[in-house]
Parts: sequence; C-alpha cells; structure tokens
Amino acid sequence: MSNAFVQIDNVAMRYGGVEGTLALEGCSLEVQQGEFVAVVGPSGCGKSTLLRLVSGLWPATDGNVLVGNKEVDGPLDLVGMAFQNPTLLPWRTILENVMLPLEIVPAHRKRLRSERAMYEAKALELLKLVGLEGFGAKQPYQLSGGMQQRTSLCRALIHEPPLLMLDEPFSALDVFTREDLWAVLQNVWMARKPTVILVTHDLREAAYLADRVLVMSARPGRIIAERRVDFPRPRTMETTFLPEFTALVADLRAYIAAARKGEEVA
Amino acid sequence: MSTRAQARLEAMAAAARRQRRLQAWLPWMVLIGAFLLWEILVEVFGISTFILPAPTDVWAAAVRWWKPLMDDSLVTLGTTLAGFALAVVGGLLLGIAIGSSTLVYKGLYPLLIAFNSIPKVAVVPVLIVWFGIGIWPAIITAFLISFFPIVVNVATGIATVEPELRDVLRALGARPVDIIRKVGLPRAMPYFFASLKVAITVAFVGAIIAESVAPNAGIGRLMMVASSRFDVPLVFAGLIVTGLMGIMLYWIAEFIERRTIGWAMRGQEQQLSTGG
Repeated sequence: MSNAFVQIDNVAMRYGGVEGTLALEGCSLEVQQGEFVAVVGPSGCGKSTLLRLVSGLWPATDGNVLVGNKEVDGPLDLVGMAFQNPTLLPWRTILENVMLPLEIVPAHRKRLRSERAMYEAKALELLKLVGLEGFGAKQPYQLSGGMQQRTSLCRALIHEPPLLMLDEPFSALDVFTREDLWAVLQNVWMARKPTVILVTHDLREAAYLADRVLVMSARPGRIIAERRVDFPRPRTMETTFLPEFTALVADLRAYIAAARKGEEVA
Repeated sequence: MSTRAQARLEAMAAAARRQRRLQAWLPWMVLIGAFLLWEILVEVFGISTFILPAPTDVWAAAVRWWKPLMDDSLVTLGTTLAGFALAVVGGLLLGIAIGSSTLVYKGLYPLLIAFNSIPKVAVVPVLIVWFGIGIWPAIITAFLISFFPIVVNVATGIATVEPELRDVLRALGARPVDIIRKVGLPRAMPYFFASLKVAITVAFVGAIIAESVAPNAGIGRLMMVASSRFDVPLVFAGLIVTGLMGIMLYWIAEFIERRTIGWAMRGQEQQLSTGG
C-alpha cells in the first residue's frame, strides 16, 4: 500500500441509476501529503465530481477512495471547500462568515464558546493574510466579488483543514483580481502546507499554483496525462512570462484539445 | 471640492429629503382624499345611507356606538392574534419539516393543498359542532386560514439552500440539523416575514367569518346585528375598524421584520433614496 494522503483507485461514478450518465470511469490518482495538485480537463469531464468523491459528499459507484489510508464512506469532517460562487451568508459579517466552520467542526465547536477570543484572533490573522485587514465587521454585500472570494477562501481555511478542495474558485473573477488571488493562495499554502486539490479550466492558473497538473479525458473522465511543475516558489507573475511556463501551458492545452476530440494521449 | 459640485450635492440631498417626506405623507393624503371623494359622491348623487353612508354618517355611528364597537373589536383582535400565534408556531414547525425532508414534503403536500382549497366558511359549522359557540371557532378559523402561507414560505426558504453551501457545510461534518440551524432558518426568515404580513391580514378574515356564521361576540357579530337592523353606517364603521386593525398589525409585523432581517432589505432602501 502506498502512503499517499489521497488515493483514488480505479474509481467510477454514474449518476441517475444503471442507465445514467457515466461521469468518471477507471479514474486513478494519488496526492501526497502537503502537495498542491491541479486537475484540468475539458468542460463536463467530471472534475467537480472527483472533488465530491474525495470529500465523501457522494459515494463512488465503483473503485476505492482513500484519504489518510482510510476508506471514505461518508462526508469527511476535515475538508475545506471553496467554489466558484463565494456562497457567503448575507446575514453574517465577514468575520462571522469566516468563523462558520468553527461552529460546525466537532473538534472546534465545543471550544468555540470558551476560547472565542483566540479563534477570533485567528480569523482576523487569516483575513490579514488574504489582504482583508479591517474588513471583518463589514457585510458581504459591501465587498467586491474578489474580496468575497477571499473571504470564502478564509472560510475554507479557518479550521486548518489538512485537505483543501477548490472547485474553480477564481473563474468568476476578472483577470487582475484572479492573478492577485493566485499569489494569495500560494502564500497561504506555503504558510500552512495543506494538501490541495484545485479543479480549474484555467491552464495558467494550474501551472502557476500546482506542484503537479493532472489532465482528465472527456467524459467519462479519467487521468490521461500528468505534468510535474518545478518552478521555484514563491512564483510570481514573472514566472508566467518564462518560456518554460509558456511551453508547459501549450503542452497542457494540446492534451486537452486532444482529449476533447477523444484521442488517446501517450 | 468646487462650489459647483457642492451645490449639486446639496441639491441632490434636498431632493432626496423631499422624496422621503412625500413618501411618508402620501398614504395619509390618499386616505383623506378617498374619504373626501366618497363624501362628495354621496352628497352629489344623493345616495341613501341604506346603500352607502357618507363618511360623516359612519363617523357619527362610530361615536354613538363606540363602546360596543371597541369591546367587539378587542374580542376580534384577541381571537385573531390567538389564531395567528398558533399559525406562526404550527406553520414554522411544519414548514421546517416540509422544507428539510423530501419525504415529509411528498407525503404532506397534497393533503395541505387539498385542505387549503376548502372554503373556511364551510368549516365553521363543523367547528361549532365540536367546540360550541364561543371564541374557539373564531380562533381556529383564523389559525386555519393563516397557517398555509407560513408553511409554504418557510418550506421554500429552507428547501432552496444553495447546493454548494450545503456541500461546504457537509464537508465539515455538519449534520442536517446544523445546516437547518445555521443556514436554512436564517435564510428562510425573509420568506417567513413576508408570509406573516399576508397571514395576519387573512387571520382577521378567518376570525370575522367565524364570528358572522356563529355570532357570539366580536366585530363580525356586531356587523351582523347592525345589518339585521339596517344600521348600515354601523356596518361600515365595523369594516373600517377592521381595516385599521389590519393596518396596525401589518405595521407591527413590518417593524419586527426591519429590526430582524435588515440584511435582506438593503437594496430597497437604496432604491428609495436614489429614486426621483
């Protein structure tokens, strides 16, 4: 048995019964503890399905999903998630939104009342890390889309999850904000080293952020190619102008173009 | 800042103030205007008080019979509020159950809709058989009629939690009850308050229907008695008092709404202050 933190072995996922849509088939991958992995692929290839299988939100139809060498058989209680939509609660302040997971995760909810000050300090520190110092008391609607997404990121991180699942978290943002947030996410990851699985369709984003980029085939999705990304960290916008970076993105693009046509890639 | 910019800003602020003042006074002006028009029409066309009494006649009747009018209004107010309170409690509980469980929804919804389609005036005789003539038929009719909008609205608010948000919480190990408490209920509150404003007004309808079918006490009975004596001005006085009580309770519901779910209303405020 390998020691990878996340192990997905020959997993299949079919929606809506025997005749339903086959989203994943023969999908295998491993993610090491503390590794940052990006999954790219043509749209509708089952990337988001993969995230939900790993976090135990949905059961796989076939195959094994292991996290921390334990079979996943229900929602894990240690995953931080962020989606394209920030899904903040409009009746809570930014700080209260960030602290929501602490009211839920069993390990924290018992201590929250007695150690509120400590937790609040942690949340404020996290907000500072993503560039939202002084915004804790604001309501979500008072913040721009990019700031809301930063908040959503903080909410995914506040309980220090060992596993972070990001489903196209920046795809609704403009290019400049997005690139800012790449740097923010990289900072957070370097400071805390959670295991990250990032699903994205932005190849530059994948190449900038990840240690390893996995390419999925068209539906039913499985991993058809894998590229290690060795640029030194912290990466900057300058990194993205390097010829090697451009070449990597071009390669990934070629894989996906081939996958969309349904061709095999060596 | 240039003096021109300053003058412009001041002009805009003044316009916004005028707008707000107009909005505050408008309902009263419309009300007074309607009464004036009514009085004039009755006067000009010489309409008999048996058909349509003039506002002054109604006022005279109200002054003359102020004691029974007040006593009966208070009875109706009491039965309405009692039925309404039951509807709030029952509606919230059932709404939560229906909104959070597909099974409960599938099982109960057809029955609820069938029940809501029954004219409540047809139920009152049954209630009288069960509970006798007294305050209970009125309370229960008010409850039955105001319960449904609350259930539907609360259920909608809870059932429409965004799937992504649900996933975020479930991935943290949230139990269904956590999701309802932290997200479902707070987000159902605007729906809930919207339904309260409907429910409180229809609760009056329910109470008065029951009082008219089973005349025991209350403004419904007062109007029945008045109309059997052809005292049409008093009937109208009863109608107007009922309307006033409806507005009053609506305002109270709105006040509570503003205090508790201001977060859902910011858009309107902005619209109001920039309009005009």
